[in-house]
Amino acid sequence: MTQYSFQQHFDDKIDSDNTIEAKDWMPDDYRKTLIRQISQHAHSEIVGMLPEGNWISRAPTLRRKAVLMAKVQDEAGHGLYLYSAAETLGISRDEMYNQLHTGKAKYSSIFNYPTLTWADMGAVGWLVDGAAIMNQVPLCRTSYGPYARAMVRVCKEESFHQRQGFEIMLTLAKGTDIQRKMAQDAFNRWWWPSLMMFGPPDAESPNTANSVRWRIKRLTNDELRQKFVDVTVEQAKVLGLDMPDKDLKWNEERGHYDFGAINWPEFYNVVKGNGPCNKQRLEARRSAWEKGQWVRDAATAYAGKRAARKAAAVETKAA
Amino acid sequence: MNKSEWPLWEVFIRSKAGLDHKHAGSLHAADVEMAIENARDVYTRRQEGVSIWVVESKNIHASDPGQSESMYEPANDKIYRHPTFYNLPDEVKYM
Repeated sequence: MTQYSFQQHFDDKIDSDNTIEAKDWMPDDYRKTLIRQISQHAHSEIVGMLPEGNWISRAPTLRRKAVLMAKVQDEAGHGLYLYSAAETLGISRDEMYNQLHTGKAKYSSIFNYPTLTWADMGAVGWLVDGAAIMNQVPLCRTSYGPYARAMVRVCKEESFHQRQGFEIMLTLAKGTDIQRKMAQDAFNRWWWPSLMMFGPPDAESPNTANSVRWRIKRLTNDELRQKFVDVTVEQAKVLGLDMPDKDLKWNEERGHYDFGAINWPEFYNVVKGNGPCNKQRLEARRSAWEKGQWVRDAATAYAGKRAARKAAAVETKAA
Repeated sequence: MNKSEWPLWEVFIRSKAGLDHKHAGSLHAADVEMAIENARDVYTRRQEGVSIWVVESKNIHASDPGQSESMYEPANDKIYRHPTFYNLPDEVKYM
């Protein structure tokens, strides 16, 4: 087959909504886009463990602690599913770690905000995981098979994350005056960064056009953001909390909520590395990797020794 | 950098007795024991399995997707291999 017919074959598959699998021919840019997106996604799951890990030892009850540990463990699992999916595209795990640790690869900028009170565990689960789910559900039908399958698994597990967060918020919102204030304060701080999670507006998103063309993305950043606003407003009513946006109002004509302007300079500033916790997060990842080196070395040496012993035993038997 | 990386394993899970092991995903591990333990932690956190197989990825051999057309072509014109190919009179209620 000529280059043209490979391309044609690929385009036909995309157009007829077929899945691309690891060993299928694909254009270099498709591969590159996927590696970037999937590895960033994986890094976000892994770095996302840090703000919540912060509260495991201080969870208010044993039940909350068990739930939070299960959630953080899930995030580790999600990171692993996604790293595996990215590896099928020909990048090694170590190379991805290296890109994260050197700052070459990004992760979701939401995790560069601090988790200041217990209510933040509620707001993170409710809003951050809520936004993530909004983003992830359409990815279950993304055109690259290994990514889609990883996302199916992630989505199945993720809905408990949002519910446990909402439950924390509800408990606080119905609690004492101080608890209600704490919930409102967490909502105020996490609302805008959650809206930023969907990425820059479509007009300024350099990757959107290709990603939609290739059916990697099924919905654009702005479409997903709007969906998220619409459902969250209703949930906030149940909590009895105030939306932290004075410009928010129902638009009868559009059938959606209009919302206030997002502070995009803040977003770009955090992406660039100047958020409140960027340094701390990367430092924690690097330090975990470096301090784990002896464990990885020991496991490798142990496996080598056992393999050698087994080979020797087989030889003795044969002789 | 790659030479220090633990080998890659493919994980297959049997969700309950009586069903096939099905591919669940992959992971890195230094040896087979670690691969099985990691597979338990990564792929069966919600009782998804009663049995785990792990196979080093390098030992899996796959058909070539580029050859799919000729590979599976022989089955295309043999619809008589399916029961629906055969017409039965209406009087035959169960077969």
